[in-house]
Amino acid sequence: MTEYYVCDDDDLAEMGRLVVECGDKQVGVFRVQGEIHAWFNRCAHMRGPVCQGRIYRRVLEPVAEDGTVRMMQQSETEINIVCPWHGYEYDLKTGRHPGNPRIALRRAEHVVREGKIYVRV
Amino acid sequence: MKSDVTPRAIPLREQEISIFTDTRDLLEHSRRDAMKRGLQDWFVCDVDAHHVETVSWKEVVQYIEDPVVRENAMNYQQQRIGAPPYGLNGDLGLRYQSVGGRIPHQDDQREKVEDTSVHRDVTLTRRAMNSLGADYMIVFPTPMLFLGMHPQPEMEIWLARAYTRWTMDKIMAADDRIKTLIYLPFNTPSECVRMVEEFGHLKSVVGFTVTSTRYKPVHHNDYMPVYARIEELGKPIAFHAGYHWQDQSLATVNRFLGMHALGFVWCNMVHMTNWILNGIPERFPRLNSIWVESGLAWVPFLMQRLDDQYLMRQSEAPQLKRMPSDYMRENCFYTTQPMEVTHKKALENTFEMINAKTQLMYSSDWPHFDFDLPSMITDLPFLDEQSKRNILGLNAARLFNLPTDLRKDLAGGGVPLG
Ligand code: FES
Repeated sequence: MTEYYVCDDDDLAEMGRLVVECGDKQVGVFRVQGEIHAWFNRCAHMRGPVCQGRIYRRVLEPVAEDGTVRMMQQSETEINIVCPWHGYEYDLKTGRHPGNPRIALRRAEHVVREGKIYVRV
Repeated sequence: MKSDVTPRAIPLREQEISIFTDTRDLLEHSRRDAMKRGLQDWFVCDVDAHHVETVSWKEVVQYIEDPVVRENAMNYQQQRIGAPPYGLNGDLGLRYQSVGGRIPHQDDQREKVEDTSVHRDVTLTRRAMNSLGADYMIVFPTPMLFLGMHPQPEMEIWLARAYTRWTMDKIMAADDRIKTLIYLPFNTPSECVRMVEEFGHLKSVVGFTVTSTRYKPVHHNDYMPVYARIEELGKPIAFHAGYHWQDQSLATVNRFLGMHALGFVWCNMVHMTNWILNGIPERFPRLNSIWVESGLAWVPFLMQRLDDQYLMRQSEAPQLKRMPSDYMRENCFYTTQPMEVTHKKALENTFEMINAKTQLMYSSDWPHFDFDLPSMITDLPFLDEQSKRNILGLNAARLFNLPTDLRKDLAGGGVPLG
Protein backbone atom coordinates (compact mmCIF):
# COMPACT_ATOMS: atom_id res chain seq x y z
CA MET A 1 0.00 0.00 0.00
CA THR A 2 1.24 3.45 -0.83
CA GLU A 3 0.24 6.56 1.00
CA TYR A 4 -0.59 9.64 -1.08
CA TYR A 5 -0.97 13.22 0.08
CA VAL A 6 -4.37 14.52 -1.11
CA CYS A 7 -4.73 18.06 0.26
CA ASP A 8 -4.67 20.08 3.44
CA ASP A 9 -7.52 19.41 5.80
CA ASP A 10 -8.55 23.08 5.61
CA ASP A 11 -8.87 22.92 1.86
CA LEU A 12 -11.70 20.39 1.92
CA ALA A 13 -14.82 22.37 2.79
CA GLU A 14 -18.07 20.91 4.07
CA MET A 15 -19.66 19.05 1.12
CA GLY A 16 -16.41 19.52 -0.74
CA ARG A 17 -14.80 16.83 -2.84
CA LEU A 18 -11.46 16.11 -4.41
CA VAL A 19 -11.10 13.27 -6.86
CA VAL A 20 -7.48 12.30 -7.32
CA GLU A 21 -5.30 9.90 -9.20
CA CYS A 22 -2.98 7.78 -7.01
CA GLY A 23 -0.81 5.80 -9.37
CA ASP A 24 -3.21 3.70 -11.41
CA LYS A 25 -6.08 4.14 -8.94
CA GLN A 26 -8.51 6.97 -8.46
CA VAL A 27 -10.05 8.02 -5.18
CA GLY A 28 -12.71 10.57 -4.28
CA VAL A 29 -12.34 12.30 -0.93
CA PHE A 30 -15.46 14.00 0.48
CA ARG A 31 -16.35 15.90 3.60
CA VAL A 32 -19.91 15.15 4.64
CA GLN A 33 -21.39 16.54 7.85
CA GLY A 34 -17.90 17.12 9.14
CA GLU A 35 -16.58 13.63 8.44
CA ILE A 36 -14.09 12.72 5.75
CA HIS A 37 -14.92 9.75 3.53
CA ALA A 38 -12.73 8.36 0.78
CA TRP A 39 -14.11 6.07 -1.92
CA PHE A 40 -12.49 4.39 -4.89
CA ASN A 41 -13.71 6.05 -8.05
CA ARG A 42 -15.18 2.83 -9.43
CA CYS A 43 -18.88 2.31 -9.42
CA ALA A 44 -20.10 -1.10 -8.27
CA HIS A 45 -22.24 -1.28 -11.39
CA MET A 46 -19.78 -1.06 -14.29
CA ARG A 47 -16.77 0.69 -12.81
CA GLY A 48 -17.94 4.14 -13.86
CA PRO A 49 -16.44 7.35 -12.44
CA VAL A 50 -18.88 7.51 -9.55
CA CYS A 51 -16.94 10.03 -7.47
CA GLN A 52 -17.20 12.55 -10.30
CA GLY A 53 -20.99 12.43 -10.22
CA ARG A 54 -23.42 14.97 -8.92
CA ILE A 55 -24.46 15.05 -5.29
CA TYR A 56 -28.16 14.90 -4.37
CA ARG A 57 -30.05 14.46 -1.17
CA ARG A 58 -31.74 11.07 -0.97
CA VAL A 59 -35.29 11.21 -2.27
CA LEU A 60 -38.01 10.07 0.10
CA GLU A 61 -41.75 9.70 -0.25
CA PRO A 62 -43.59 10.06 3.06
CA VAL A 63 -46.73 7.98 3.43
CA ALA A 64 -49.59 9.43 5.46
CA GLU A 65 -51.49 7.51 8.14
CA ASP A 66 -54.20 6.63 5.66
CA GLY A 67 -51.69 5.14 3.20
CA THR A 68 -51.80 8.03 0.77
CA VAL A 69 -48.88 10.00 -0.61
CA ARG A 70 -48.82 13.60 -1.76
CA MET A 71 -45.28 14.92 -2.14
CA MET A 72 -41.78 13.65 -2.26
CA GLN A 73 -39.05 14.97 -0.04
CA GLN A 74 -35.31 15.37 0.13
CA SER A 75 -33.66 13.77 3.12
CA GLU A 76 -32.12 16.12 5.68
CA THR A 77 -29.39 13.67 6.58
CA GLU A 78 -28.71 11.26 3.76
CA ILE A 79 -26.52 12.61 0.99
CA ASN A 80 -25.99 10.55 -2.14
CA ILE A 81 -23.41 10.66 -4.86
CA VAL A 82 -24.85 9.67 -8.23
CA CYS A 83 -22.71 7.83 -10.72
CA PRO A 84 -22.83 9.89 -13.90
CA TRP A 85 -22.82 6.85 -16.19
CA HIS A 86 -26.17 5.26 -15.33
CA GLY A 87 -27.38 6.90 -12.16
CA TYR A 88 -26.59 4.39 -9.40
CA GLU A 89 -26.77 6.35 -6.14
CA TYR A 90 -24.65 5.74 -3.05
CA ASP A 91 -24.86 7.20 0.42
CA LEU A 92 -21.70 9.24 0.79
CA LYS A 93 -21.24 8.17 4.41
CA THR A 94 -21.93 4.45 4.13
CA GLY A 95 -21.10 3.91 0.45
CA ARG A 96 -24.28 1.85 0.09
CA HIS A 97 -26.91 1.99 -2.62
CA PRO A 98 -30.12 3.22 -0.96
CA GLY A 99 -32.21 0.65 -2.83
CA ASN A 100 -29.97 -2.34 -2.22
CA PRO A 101 -27.33 -2.08 0.52
CA ARG A 102 -25.44 -5.08 -0.88
CA ILE A 103 -24.35 -2.82 -3.71
CA ALA A 104 -21.65 -0.59 -2.30
CA LEU A 105 -18.60 1.47 -3.06
CA ARG A 106 -15.17 0.38 -1.89
CA ARG A 107 -13.82 2.53 0.86
CA ALA A 108 -10.26 3.80 0.61
CA GLU A 109 -8.29 4.15 3.79
CA HIS A 110 -7.53 7.73 4.77
CA VAL A 111 -5.70 9.47 7.59
CA VAL A 112 -5.50 13.06 8.71
CA ARG A 113 -2.08 13.92 10.09
CA GLU A 114 -0.86 17.32 11.10
CA GLY A 115 -3.63 19.02 9.17
CA LYS A 116 -3.07 17.02 5.98
CA ILE A 117 -5.27 14.39 4.37
CA TYR A 118 -3.68 11.23 3.02
CA VAL A 119 -5.13 8.16 1.36
CA ARG A 120 -3.61 4.68 1.25
CA VAL A 121 -4.21 2.62 -1.83
CA MET B 1 16.61 3.11 -3.05
CA LYS B 2 13.50 3.73 -0.99
CA SER B 3 12.20 7.27 -1.09
CA ASP B 4 10.42 8.50 2.05
CA VAL B 5 8.83 11.45 0.29
CA THR B 6 5.05 10.93 0.26
CA PRO B 7 3.80 11.10 -3.30
CA ARG B 8 1.14 13.63 -4.11
CA ALA B 9 -2.16 12.45 -5.49
CA ILE B 10 -3.03 14.28 -8.70
CA PRO B 11 -6.44 15.94 -8.91
CA LEU B 12 -8.48 14.85 -11.94
CA ARG B 13 -9.18 17.49 -14.55
CA GLU B 14 -12.94 16.86 -14.27
CA GLN B 15 -13.99 16.97 -10.65
CA GLU B 16 -17.67 16.85 -11.52
CA ILE B 17 -18.91 15.49 -14.80
CA SER B 18 -21.35 17.77 -16.58
CA ILE B 19 -22.89 18.36 -19.97
CA PHE B 20 -19.63 20.10 -20.94
CA THR B 21 -17.40 17.11 -20.16
CA ASP B 22 -15.48 15.69 -23.11
CA THR B 23 -16.80 12.24 -24.09
CA ARG B 24 -13.24 10.93 -23.77
CA ASP B 25 -13.02 12.09 -20.15
CA LEU B 26 -16.46 10.75 -19.35
CA LEU B 27 -15.66 7.35 -20.85
CA GLU B 28 -12.03 7.17 -19.73
CA HIS B 29 -12.82 4.28 -17.37
CA SER B 30 -14.36 2.41 -20.26
CA ARG B 31 -11.27 2.95 -22.40
CA ARG B 32 -9.03 1.67 -19.62
CA ASP B 33 -11.31 -1.31 -19.08
CA ALA B 34 -11.18 -2.13 -22.75
CA MET B 35 -7.37 -1.86 -22.80
CA LYS B 36 -7.10 -4.14 -19.78
CA ARG B 37 -9.24 -6.73 -21.51
CA GLY B 38 -7.15 -6.58 -24.66
CA LEU B 39 -10.01 -5.26 -26.79
CA GLN B 40 -7.53 -3.42 -28.97
CA ASP B 41 -7.12 -6.77 -30.70
CA TRP B 42 -10.81 -7.67 -30.86
CA PHE B 43 -13.13 -6.63 -33.63
CA VAL B 44 -16.01 -4.74 -32.04
CA CYS B 45 -19.09 -3.43 -33.80
CA ASP B 46 -21.56 -1.35 -31.82
CA VAL B 47 -24.87 -2.03 -33.53
CA ASP B 48 -26.91 0.67 -31.79
CA ALA B 49 -25.59 4.09 -30.81
CA HIS B 50 -27.25 7.46 -31.20
CA HIS B 51 -26.68 11.03 -32.09
CA VAL B 52 -29.05 13.88 -31.40
CA GLU B 53 -30.20 14.93 -34.83
CA THR B 54 -32.22 17.86 -33.51
CA VAL B 55 -28.99 19.72 -32.70
CA SER B 56 -28.56 19.92 -36.49
CA TRP B 57 -32.23 20.33 -37.33
CA LYS B 58 -31.65 23.66 -39.06
CA GLU B 59 -29.43 21.79 -41.50
CA VAL B 60 -31.67 18.75 -41.77
CA VAL B 61 -34.76 20.70 -42.82
CA GLN B 62 -32.82 22.13 -45.75
CA TYR B 63 -32.88 18.61 -47.15
CA ILE B 64 -36.69 18.38 -47.22
CA GLU B 65 -37.58 17.83 -50.87
CA ASP B 66 -41.06 19.36 -50.96
CA PRO B 67 -40.26 23.04 -51.64
CA VAL B 68 -43.23 24.41 -49.70
CA VAL B 69 -42.62 22.30 -46.63
CA ARG B 70 -38.91 23.04 -46.85
CA GLU B 71 -39.50 26.79 -46.91
CA ASN B 72 -41.93 26.58 -44.01
CA ALA B 73 -39.56 24.44 -42.00
CA MET B 74 -36.55 26.66 -42.66
CA ASN B 75 -38.48 29.77 -41.67
CA TYR B 76 -39.72 28.06 -38.55
CA GLN B 77 -36.25 26.89 -37.56
CA GLN B 78 -34.93 30.41 -38.06
CA GLN B 79 -37.63 32.27 -36.19
CA ARG B 80 -39.11 29.99 -33.56
CA ILE B 81 -38.69 30.73 -29.91
CA GLY B 82 -38.73 27.82 -27.53
CA ALA B 83 -41.00 25.53 -29.56
CA PRO B 84 -39.80 22.01 -30.44
CA PRO B 85 -38.03 21.38 -33.77
CA TYR B 86 -40.09 21.45 -36.94
CA GLY B 87 -42.14 18.36 -37.64
CA LEU B 88 -41.04 16.28 -34.67
CA ASN B 89 -43.57 14.92 -32.23
CA GLY B 90 -41.13 13.50 -29.67
CA ASP B 91 -42.54 12.10 -26.45
CA LEU B 92 -42.92 13.81 -23.13
CA GLY B 93 -40.84 11.07 -21.56
CA LEU B 94 -37.77 12.57 -23.21
CA ARG B 95 -37.76 15.22 -20.50
CA TYR B 96 -37.18 12.61 -17.80
CA GLN B 97 -34.35 10.64 -19.36
CA SER B 98 -31.53 12.14 -17.27
CA VAL B 99 -33.29 11.51 -13.91
CA GLY B 100 -33.39 15.19 -13.05
CA GLY B 101 -29.85 15.89 -14.24
CA ARG B 102 -28.27 12.96 -12.43
CA ILE B 103 -27.02 11.51 -15.71
CA PRO B 104 -25.68 14.57 -17.52
CA HIS B 105 -24.67 12.99 -20.86
CA GLN B 106 -28.32 12.17 -21.37
CA ASP B 107 -29.21 15.87 -21.15
CA ASP B 108 -26.70 17.27 -23.60
CA GLN B 109 -23.17 16.99 -24.93
CA ARG B 110 -21.83 20.51 -25.14
CA GLU B 111 -18.19 19.52 -25.09
CA LYS B 112 -15.61 21.41 -27.10
CA VAL B 113 -14.93 20.23 -30.61
CA GLU B 114 -12.07 21.95 -32.38
CA ASP B 115 -12.07 19.98 -35.62
CA THR B 116 -14.24 21.84 -38.12
CA SER B 117 -13.30 19.64 -41.08
CA VAL B 118 -16.14 17.24 -40.25
CA HIS B 119 -19.59 17.56 -38.70
CA ARG B 120 -19.49 17.77 -34.91
CA ASP B 121 -21.45 14.51 -34.62
CA VAL B 122 -18.68 12.71 -36.51
CA THR B 123 -16.16 13.85 -33.91
CA LEU B 124 -18.44 12.88 -31.03
CA THR B 125 -19.03 9.46 -32.57
CA ARG B 126 -15.30 8.92 -33.11
CA ARG B 127 -14.62 9.85 -29.50
CA ALA B 128 -17.24 7.37 -28.33
CA MET B 129 -15.95 4.61 -30.61
CA ASN B 130 -12.40 5.00 -29.40
CA SER B 131 -13.45 5.13 -25.77
CA LEU B 132 -15.78 2.15 -25.91
CA GLY B 133 -13.38 0.19 -28.10
CA ALA B 134 -15.65 -0.06 -31.14
CA ASP B 135 -14.31 -0.41 -34.67
CA TYR B 136 -17.68 0.45 -36.18
CA MET B 137 -20.74 2.18 -34.87
CA ILE B 138 -24.21 2.08 -36.33
CA VAL B 139 -25.74 5.42 -35.52
CA PHE B 140 -29.45 6.07 -35.09
CA PRO B 141 -31.30 9.33 -34.59
CA THR B 142 -33.04 10.05 -31.26
CA PRO B 143 -36.30 12.08 -31.26
CA MET B 144 -37.07 10.68 -34.71
CA LEU B 145 -37.66 7.33 -33.01
CA PHE B 146 -41.12 8.66 -32.15
CA LEU B 147 -41.98 9.82 -35.65
CA GLY B 148 -44.12 6.77 -36.38
CA MET B 149 -46.74 8.30 -34.08
CA HIS B 150 -46.93 11.56 -36.00
CA PRO B 151 -50.52 12.29 -37.07
CA GLN B 152 -49.36 13.26 -40.57
CA PRO B 153 -47.92 10.24 -42.38
CA GLU B 154 -46.46 12.69 -44.92
CA MET B 155 -44.32 14.22 -42.20
CA GLU B 156 -42.69 10.88 -41.60
CA ILE B 157 -41.82 10.63 -45.29
CA TRP B 158 -40.54 14.20 -45.59
CA LEU B 159 -38.34 13.90 -42.54
CA ALA B 160 -37.15 10.34 -43.12
CA ARG B 161 -35.91 11.34 -46.55
CA ALA B 162 -34.44 14.65 -45.42
CA TYR B 163 -32.65 13.04 -42.50
CA THR B 164 -31.31 10.21 -44.65
CA ARG B 165 -29.96 12.55 -47.31
CA TRP B 166 -28.45 14.83 -44.69
CA THR B 167 -26.86 11.98 -42.77
CA MET B 168 -25.33 10.60 -45.97
CA ASP B 169 -23.79 13.97 -46.79
CA LYS B 170 -22.65 15.06 -43.37
CA ILE B 171 -22.02 11.94 -41.31
CA MET B 172 -21.61 8.84 -43.45
CA ALA B 173 -19.45 10.52 -46.09
CA ALA B 174 -17.00 11.69 -43.43
CA ASP B 175 -16.07 8.37 -41.85
CA ASP B 176 -16.61 4.84 -43.12
CA ARG B 177 -16.51 3.50 -39.56
CA ILE B 178 -19.96 5.03 -39.06
CA LYS B 179 -22.85 3.11 -40.59
CA THR B 180 -26.60 3.48 -40.72
CA LEU B 181 -29.75 1.39 -40.85
CA ILE B 182 -31.88 3.87 -42.71
CA TYR B 183 -35.21 5.06 -41.42
CA LEU B 184 -38.19 3.59 -43.27
CA PRO B 185 -41.34 5.76 -43.28
CA PHE B 186 -43.24 2.66 -42.30
CA ASN B 187 -46.68 4.29 -42.16
CA THR B 188 -46.49 4.46 -45.97
CA PRO B 189 -45.26 1.15 -47.43
CA SER B 190 -44.80 2.41 -51.00
CA GLU B 191 -42.41 5.06 -49.70
CA CYS B 192 -40.46 2.38 -47.86
CA VAL B 193 -39.93 0.61 -51.16
CA ARG B 194 -38.76 3.88 -52.65
CA MET B 195 -36.25 4.37 -49.81
CA VAL B 196 -34.93 0.83 -50.20
CA GLU B 197 -34.48 1.27 -53.93
CA GLU B 198 -32.93 4.69 -53.69
CA PHE B 199 -30.55 4.27 -50.76
CA GLY B 200 -30.32 0.53 -50.16
CA HIS B 201 -27.30 -0.04 -52.38
CA LEU B 202 -25.09 2.52 -50.60
CA LYS B 203 -22.11 1.13 -48.74
CA SER B 204 -22.80 3.00 -45.54
CA VAL B 205 -26.36 1.66 -45.50
CA VAL B 206 -26.04 -1.70 -43.78
CA GLY B 207 -29.79 -2.25 -43.48
CA PHE B 208 -33.10 -0.63 -42.66
CA THR B 209 -34.92 0.51 -39.56
CA VAL B 210 -38.53 0.38 -38.57
CA THR B 211 -39.03 2.49 -35.49
CA SER B 212 -41.22 0.19 -33.44
CA THR B 213 -43.29 2.86 -31.71
CA ARG B 214 -46.29 2.84 -34.00
CA TYR B 215 -49.68 1.22 -34.39
CA LYS B 216 -49.12 -0.73 -37.58
CA PRO B 217 -49.48 -4.47 -38.19
CA VAL B 218 -46.12 -5.59 -39.60
CA HIS B 219 -47.80 -8.53 -41.34
CA HIS B 220 -50.12 -6.43 -43.51
CA ASN B 221 -49.98 -7.40 -47.17
CA ASP B 222 -48.92 -3.86 -48.06
CA TYR B 223 -45.53 -4.55 -46.48
CA MET B 224 -44.73 -7.63 -48.51
CA PRO B 225 -43.09 -5.67 -51.36
CA VAL B 226 -40.91 -3.90 -48.78
CA TYR B 227 -39.72 -7.17 -47.27
CA ALA B 228 -39.22 -8.69 -50.72
CA ARG B 229 -36.96 -5.80 -51.82
CA ILE B 230 -34.96 -5.88 -48.61
CA GLU B 231 -34.54 -9.63 -48.82
CA GLU B 232 -33.34 -9.28 -52.40
CA LEU B 233 -30.71 -6.77 -51.30
CA GLY B 234 -29.46 -9.15 -48.65
CA LYS B 235 -29.50 -6.52 -45.92
CA PRO B 236 -31.37 -6.87 -42.60
CA ILE B 237 -34.41 -5.04 -41.27
CA ALA B 238 -34.20 -3.74 -37.71
CA PHE B 239 -37.05 -3.01 -35.34
CA HIS B 240 -35.77 -0.26 -33.08
CA ALA B 241 -37.82 -0.08 -29.90
CA GLY B 242 -39.06 3.06 -28.18
CA TYR B 243 -41.83 4.06 -25.82
CA HIS B 244 -45.09 5.90 -26.18
CA TRP B 245 -46.20 7.12 -22.81
CA GLN B 246 -49.59 8.14 -24.10
CA ASP B 247 -50.41 4.60 -25.14
CA GLN B 248 -53.52 3.96 -23.07
CA SER B 249 -52.07 1.16 -20.99
CA LEU B 250 -48.73 2.91 -20.41
CA ALA B 251 -50.55 6.11 -19.49
CA THR B 252 -51.53 4.43 -16.23
CA VAL B 253 -47.85 4.08 -15.27
CA ASN B 254 -46.76 7.20 -13.41
CA ARG B 255 -43.02 6.63 -13.08
CA PHE B 256 -40.73 7.02 -16.07
CA LEU B 257 -38.80 3.99 -14.82
CA GLY B 258 -41.85 1.75 -15.16
CA MET B 259 -43.04 3.27 -18.42
CA HIS B 260 -39.58 2.94 -19.94
CA ALA B 261 -39.08 -0.61 -18.69
CA LEU B 262 -42.35 -1.74 -20.27
CA GLY B 263 -42.57 0.55 -23.27
CA PHE B 264 -39.23 -0.38 -24.80
CA VAL B 265 -40.21 -4.02 -24.75
CA TRP B 266 -43.93 -3.91 -25.41
CA CYS B 267 -43.70 -2.50 -28.95
CA ASN B 268 -41.25 -5.18 -30.04
CA MET B 269 -43.23 -7.95 -28.35
CA VAL B 270 -46.26 -6.96 -30.38
CA HIS B 271 -44.33 -6.73 -33.66
CA MET B 272 -42.46 -9.97 -33.03
CA THR B 273 -45.72 -11.78 -32.28
CA ASN B 274 -47.21 -10.63 -35.57
CA TRP B 275 -43.96 -11.29 -37.43
CA ILE B 276 -43.78 -14.90 -36.29
CA LEU B 277 -47.44 -15.95 -36.16
CA ASN B 278 -48.02 -14.64 -39.67
CA GLY B 279 -45.06 -16.63 -40.94
CA ILE B 280 -42.96 -13.75 -42.27
CA PRO B 281 -39.79 -15.86 -41.75
CA GLU B 282 -41.42 -18.61 -43.84
CA ARG B 283 -42.37 -16.19 -46.61
CA PHE B 284 -38.98 -14.45 -46.63
CA PRO B 285 -36.55 -17.03 -45.32
CA ARG B 286 -33.46 -15.01 -46.24
CA LEU B 287 -34.72 -11.82 -44.63
CA ASN B 288 -32.90 -11.28 -41.36
CA SER B 289 -34.61 -9.23 -38.69
CA ILE B 290 -32.85 -7.51 -35.79
CA TRP B 291 -34.64 -6.62 -32.60
CA VAL B 292 -32.99 -3.54 -31.17
CA GLU B 293 -32.95 -1.91 -27.75
CA SER B 294 -35.49 -4.03 -25.95
CA GLY B 295 -32.87 -5.83 -23.88
CA LEU B 296 -33.05 -9.62 -23.84
CA ALA B 297 -35.26 -10.81 -20.98
CA TRP B 298 -38.43 -10.50 -23.06
CA VAL B 299 -37.25 -13.01 -25.64
CA PRO B 300 -37.42 -16.20 -23.50
CA PHE B 301 -40.70 -14.95 -22.05
CA LEU B 302 -42.25 -14.53 -25.49
CA MET B 303 -40.77 -17.79 -26.77
CA GLN B 304 -42.46 -19.68 -23.96
CA ARG B 305 -45.79 -17.87 -24.31
CA LEU B 306 -46.00 -18.33 -28.05
CA ASP B 307 -44.81 -21.95 -28.05
CA ASP B 308 -47.34 -23.04 -25.46
CA GLN B 309 -50.25 -21.30 -27.13
CA TYR B 310 -49.18 -22.38 -30.61
CA LEU B 311 -49.39 -26.05 -29.75
CA MET B 312 -52.98 -25.58 -28.60
CA ARG B 313 -54.06 -23.41 -31.53
CA GLN B 314 -51.86 -24.41 -34.46
CA SER B 315 -54.70 -23.83 -36.93
CA GLU B 316 -54.46 -20.10 -36.22
CA ALA B 317 -50.86 -19.95 -37.44
CA PRO B 318 -50.94 -22.33 -40.39
CA GLN B 319 -47.81 -21.01 -42.08
CA LEU B 320 -45.50 -22.15 -39.32
CA LYS B 321 -43.49 -25.29 -39.88
CA ARG B 322 -41.58 -25.03 -36.65
CA MET B 323 -42.21 -23.76 -33.17
CA PRO B 324 -42.37 -19.96 -32.78
CA SER B 325 -39.24 -20.06 -30.64
CA ASP B 326 -37.37 -21.84 -33.45
CA TYR B 327 -37.97 -18.88 -35.74
CA MET B 328 -37.09 -16.46 -32.98
CA ARG B 329 -33.83 -18.30 -32.45
CA GLU B 330 -32.86 -19.06 -36.03
CA ASN B 331 -34.23 -16.19 -38.11
CA CYS B 332 -33.91 -13.28 -35.72
CA PHE B 333 -30.96 -11.37 -34.37
CA TYR B 334 -30.89 -9.38 -31.17
CA THR B 335 -28.85 -6.50 -29.81
CA THR B 336 -27.64 -6.70 -26.25
CA GLN B 337 -28.53 -3.37 -24.71
CA PRO B 338 -29.95 -2.77 -22.16
CA MET B 339 -28.79 -6.19 -21.05
CA GLU B 340 -30.52 -7.30 -17.85
CA VAL B 341 -27.68 -8.46 -15.60
CA THR B 342 -29.13 -8.56 -12.11
CA HIS B 343 -30.23 -12.21 -12.37
CA LYS B 344 -27.21 -14.06 -13.69
CA LYS B 345 -28.84 -17.49 -14.08
CA ALA B 346 -31.68 -15.99 -16.06
CA LEU B 347 -29.19 -14.24 -18.29
CA GLU B 348 -27.29 -17.44 -18.94
CA ASN B 349 -30.53 -19.18 -19.77
CA THR B 350 -31.48 -16.35 -22.11
CA PHE B 351 -28.18 -16.64 -23.97
CA GLU B 352 -28.80 -20.31 -24.45
CA MET B 353 -32.41 -19.87 -25.58
CA ILE B 354 -31.59 -17.24 -28.20
CA ASN B 355 -28.42 -19.02 -29.33
CA ALA B 356 -26.44 -15.92 -28.48
CA LYS B 357 -23.28 -17.31 -30.03
CA THR B 358 -24.64 -16.63 -33.52
CA GLN B 359 -27.70 -14.39 -32.99
CA LEU B 360 -26.62 -11.75 -30.51
CA MET B 361 -24.79 -8.51 -31.28
CA TYR B 362 -23.27 -6.01 -28.90
CA SER B 363 -24.86 -2.56 -28.75
CA SER B 364 -24.05 0.34 -26.48
CA ASP B 365 -26.95 2.75 -27.00
CA TRP B 366 -24.43 5.46 -26.20
CA PRO B 367 -25.07 8.25 -25.10
CA HIS B 368 -28.31 7.23 -23.44
CA PHE B 369 -28.72 6.70 -19.72
CA ASP B 370 -28.73 2.90 -19.86
CA PHE B 371 -25.76 2.45 -22.21
CA ASP B 372 -23.73 -0.76 -22.07
CA LEU B 373 -20.00 -1.43 -22.35
CA PRO B 374 -18.21 -4.18 -24.28
CA SER B 375 -16.78 -5.42 -20.98
CA MET B 376 -20.26 -6.62 -20.05
CA ILE B 377 -19.74 -9.32 -22.65
CA THR B 378 -16.06 -10.05 -22.08
CA ASP B 379 -16.71 -10.51 -18.36
CA LEU B 380 -19.54 -13.03 -18.66
CA PRO B 381 -18.39 -16.19 -16.86
CA PHE B 382 -20.52 -18.62 -18.84
CA LEU B 383 -19.34 -17.75 -22.37
CA ASP B 384 -16.38 -19.13 -24.29
CA GLU B 385 -14.03 -16.74 -26.04
CA GLN B 386 -15.35 -17.42 -29.51
CA SER B 387 -18.90 -16.58 -28.42
CA LYS B 388 -17.66 -13.35 -26.88
CA ARG B 389 -15.87 -12.40 -30.08
CA ASN B 390 -18.96 -13.23 -32.12
CA ILE B 391 -21.24 -11.15 -29.95
CA LEU B 392 -18.88 -8.20 -29.78
CA GLY B 393 -18.31 -7.97 -33.49
CA LEU B 394 -18.14 -11.05 -35.67
CA ASN B 395 -21.89 -11.69 -35.79
CA ALA B 396 -22.39 -8.09 -36.92
CA ALA B 397 -19.58 -8.39 -39.47
CA ARG B 398 -21.30 -11.42 -40.94
CA LEU B 399 -24.76 -9.85 -40.98
CA PHE B 400 -23.66 -6.45 -42.31
CA ASN B 401 -20.87 -7.72 -44.50
CA LEU B 402 -18.21 -5.62 -42.78
CA PRO B 403 -14.48 -6.21 -43.09
CA THR B 404 -13.05 -7.25 -39.74
CA ASP B 405 -9.81 -5.34 -39.78
CA LEU B 406 -9.31 -3.34 -36.62
CA ARG B 407 -10.04 0.35 -36.97
CA LYS B 408 -10.15 1.77 -33.46
CA ASP B 409 -7.47 3.60 -31.59
CA LEU B 410 -7.96 2.62 -27.98
CA ALA B 411 -4.47 3.53 -26.86
CA GLY B 412 -4.63 7.02 -28.34
CA GLY B 413 -8.32 7.49 -27.59
CA GLY B 414 -8.02 9.52 -24.40
CA VAL B 415 -8.12 13.29 -24.11
CA PRO B 416 -4.70 14.66 -25.03
CA LEU B 417 -2.89 16.02 -22.01
CA GLY B 418 -2.24 19.69 -21.62
S1 FES C 1 -21.19 2.46 -13.79
FE1 FES C 1 -22.04 3.62 -12.25
S2 FES C 1 -24.09 3.57 -12.59
FE2 FES C 1 -23.28 2.29 -14.10
